[in-house]
Amino acid sequence: MNIFVNQKKTVASKESTIINILENLDIENKYLAVEINEAILPKSEYDKYIIQENDKIEIINAIGGG
Amino acid sequence: MSKLVLDNKSYDSRLIVGTGKYKDLDETKLAIEATGAEMVTVAIRRMNIGQDKNKLNLLDFISPEKYTILPNTAGCYTAEDAIRTCNLAAEILGGKKLVKLEVLGDKKTLYPNLTETLKAAEILIKDDFKIMVYTTDDPLIAKELENIGCISVMPLAAPIGSGLGIQNKYNILSIVENANVPIIVDAGVGTASDATIVMEMGCDGVLMNTAIACADNPVLMASAMKKAVEAGYEAFHAGRIIKKKYASASSPTRGNLFDNK
Repeated sequence: MNIFVNQKKTVASKESTIINILENLDIENKYLAVEINEAILPKSEYDKYIIQENDKIEIINAIGGG
Repeated sequence: MSKLVLDNKSYDSRLIVGTGKYKDLDETKLAIEATGAEMVTVAIRRMNIGQDKNKLNLLDFISPEKYTILPNTAGCYTAEDAIRTCNLAAEILGGKKLVKLEVLGDKKTLYPNLTETLKAAEILIKDDFKIMVYTTDDPLIAKELENIGCISVMPLAAPIGSGLGIQNKYNILSIVENANVPIIVDAGVGTASDATIVMEMGCDGVLMNTAIACADNPVLMASAMKKAVEAGYEAFHAGRIIKKKYASASSPTRGNLFDNK
């Protein structure tokens, strides 16, 4: 199944959750936010939301800035 | 020094610093420690996916347990984008709603778009965000931002990253005189004396990034800025002398051996 992660087309297994996606990407940073199709997915939903074909997932964090 | 109070929290330091433009995260950490700042700004961006798993992230170096993290909306040119960024910031920081709102209008000057800034601020305040707002040095807009509920108004001294120092001292003075919320000069400081001048004018604090991060020796400049802000604050409260046109001797004239010459 095709999804977009941070604008990059990616293949993901069916029935994947956001936890699965983050694990596959080796992301351990606890300070992050996830948007699905421009709506924030609360952290409590990471193990519940099942990704859908063509979902646009954005994984956001804090970086240096002024 | 008395404390700076923002969002019901007291700060000993009146210097707020950015975390951008440093060579690496080690330098970021060392410089920020040298500033003595207790509040630091961060930007909200897409994660750099594919980076080394063992590579640490900014908030591993600048711990939210030690510092108040002030997420900014840098790079946003509309109220809509700024609001989206603030919501992401709150999600990243476990629901904390203190943000630095900046809605830009122009890439060359990075001047704020005040129409969009006011629009975003009103919506965010209704949603319980605590807004520290980047604005121009226009005294009327500064007051309007205070009146709609921003917890701090942060006028620029000069364009972001320009290092030009305070370009319109009398506007900043006018903003300070009329304010009932902390006025923090944000942007335009180039060197330590600029920060001192800001504080000598009665501002409540200074926010800077480039002046420290892009100095030849950022850690040394960080230390200079810490002292500059403290010096300016103390000088303002000490009350400077009145300027006189001619000299006024510091040593007494009485008993001068050469009085009769």
